[in-house]
Amino acid sequence: MTTITMAQALNAALRDAMEDDERVLMFGEDVGQLGGVFRITDGLTAKFGEDRCFDTPLAESGIVGFAVGMAMGGFRPVVEMQFDAFAYPAFEQIASHVAKMRNRTRGRVTLPMVIRVPYGGGIGGVEHHSDSSEAYYAHTPGLKVVTPATVEDAYSLLREAIEDPDPVVFLEPKKLYWSKASVDLPVRGEPFGRAVVRRPGGDATVVAYGPSVPVALEAAEAAAEEGWDLEVIDLRTIVPFDDATVAASVRRTGRCVVVAEAAGFAGVGAEIAARVQERCFHSLLAPVLRVTGFDVPYPPPMVEHRHLPDVERILDVLERLQRDDEPDVRYLPEAGAA
Amino acid sequence: MSDRRRDTRPEALLPSKRPVRFLTDTGAPARGKPAYPEPAPELLRRAYRHMVVGRRFDSQATALTKQGRLAVYPSSKGQEACQVGGVLALDEGDWLFPTYRDTVALVTRGVDPVEALSLLRGDAHCGYDPYQYQVAPQCTPLATQTLHAAGLAYAERRKGTGRVALVCVGDGATSEGDFHEALNFAAVFKAPVVFFVQNNRYAISVPLERQTAAPSLAYKGIGYGVRSEQVDGNDAVAVLAVLAEAVRHARSGAGPFLVEAHTYRMEPHTNADDASRYREEKETERWRQRDPIARLEAYLKRRGLLTDEEVASVAAEAEEFADRVRTAMNADPRVEPLELFDHVYGTRTPQLEEQRELLEAELKAEEALT
Repeated sequence: MTTITMAQALNAALRDAMEDDERVLMFGEDVGQLGGVFRITDGLTAKFGEDRCFDTPLAESGIVGFAVGMAMGGFRPVVEMQFDAFAYPAFEQIASHVAKMRNRTRGRVTLPMVIRVPYGGGIGGVEHHSDSSEAYYAHTPGLKVVTPATVEDAYSLLREAIEDPDPVVFLEPKKLYWSKASVDLPVRGEPFGRAVVRRPGGDATVVAYGPSVPVALEAAEAAAEEGWDLEVIDLRTIVPFDDATVAASVRRTGRCVVVAEAAGFAGVGAEIAARVQERCFHSLLAPVLRVTGFDVPYPPPMVEHRHLPDVERILDVLERLQRDDEPDVRYLPEAGAA
Repeated sequence: MSDRRRDTRPEALLPSKRPVRFLTDTGAPARGKPAYPEPAPELLRRAYRHMVVGRRFDSQATALTKQGRLAVYPSSKGQEACQVGGVLALDEGDWLFPTYRDTVALVTRGVDPVEALSLLRGDAHCGYDPYQYQVAPQCTPLATQTLHAAGLAYAERRKGTGRVALVCVGDGATSEGDFHEALNFAAVFKAPVVFFVQNNRYAISVPLERQTAAPSLAYKGIGYGVRSEQVDGNDAVAVLAVLAEAVRHARSGAGPFLVEAHTYRMEPHTNADDASRYREEKETERWRQRDPIARLEAYLKRRGLLTDEEVASVAAEAEEFADRVRTAMNADPRVEPLELFDHVYGTRTPQLEEQRELLEAELKAEEALT
């Protein structure tokens, strides 16, 4: 076992995928000589040459559209968007072509390609460097949307994304790039579409993904001191979504909290809450609650800690889970609340 | 022209000052010697036949909208030299990246006309197999397919197949960012792709003057290091001559080539559009005098390459083709609602399985009622 960071695991996944399949290419901005601004592609150009890992002009729509053509031509491109918010120029290519090519050609043209996007906050990034953009992609049928929370999953899920016959938006939680674990590579975990219970518990289910998973786990440890035995689920893949694992857990615990960094309104957290109540209503002992970022543009770095879901905010919300059959007074009819 | 490829002066990238033409408006040989070799007589005769058939197909498709057989049809009447020239410039293994207005190009390429019209009939987004004809799905978003063509051409170059891609765009699409990103990517990666701009002077209602202040659209190449040319798009001889050089240039490994063809959309944007709201009939009339089919026909006859009998036989072939299209399109297409779930992903997700079951139950219940 060696101790490596998530960034190193991602790098190893790319290297091993390129080693195993010469159709796999890596390209984007600064991914060549420099090795990417987060060094995820470090050493790939040196090892595989300019033809396999290369810099492109600085144009995100161009990068994704070019990858579409290369995938049509038989390659398996992996492209890097430098930051979450810098991927927006590529949105038309992603929504109108990447997501739809298989569908519009009735399965005749498929696009095995991966769009890697470093995403989320918590690293002190200035404006436009900290967005949680998963809902845009998850709302687009035809895309698979994946986000690792552990070092092992970073390797395993990226390998699977590259081997997948469909396009994958691979969201890398920036603030976990430097998280460490002892891992024996190559490691392969559960396949796409399987959530994993990271901490078993009986009192309530906390559903999280990507950067929120370690926060949820930390909150669960703190909650244990207050007598709460929380189960923490790591979704791993937002699309395909693992209804079965989530619903089975909530039916058992009767309570559910969803944790996500993104703005809550119309977000992935809202979708999870809706799916849980549709499937688990008769087992629920309390409303399904969300702990998310505020509905504000991502804040400047000096106040981002006030925005991101943290342990305290998760612990606070537990009080509203009606453990003592006390309803949340704010939402009683006589309170006249919305 | 092969020596020009080695000309590294920036000026060598610029288009001719005036559109290249071989023919006058009436089909006589134009004055001055064009800088491109004239296409072989057999190619010109083939082009003529495809243009006549293509125009008849186009009017048949417009008629099908009136009968409710097509949801919509964007006519390319008047652009036949481009529709046909763009296809005949390619070898069998080369790729064509068409827009929604390039259906005549599709049938020229040999795509089954019913398959070609699926998008506009509304029974499928793309009715043909792109790999069967080396024709990408007709693209409705503007200019997005230029990047796909650049990427695919680069893939072919990497594989060493010698294949090129030709991508069609209109004048409006040259204002889109993807057009510029594609020129840039193609040039940087020396992708063997020909950008073929059919400048028909209108993007729905917006005239060329509102798209660009450039001397002409072909001048957009030099900023990216892309060799460019402009051509009289209603002169089939010139279109074929210039595209032959563009394809040769791309195939030789010298990188992309941009061709602007000056042409005119004789019909409204689609059957649902009213062109009288934004252009004068006398303008359309002026372009009618430069009709690409009449010009080529006059030229071929003048050179003794086409007889009256052949003109009649081509016209008869066009009628037969239109008949076949009409008959085939009069049959109701079969749509399978459950197929909705088949091609979202390689394997249906559990959610799609559930939704498929829901629709299947609805269909069964409906069937039981009838």
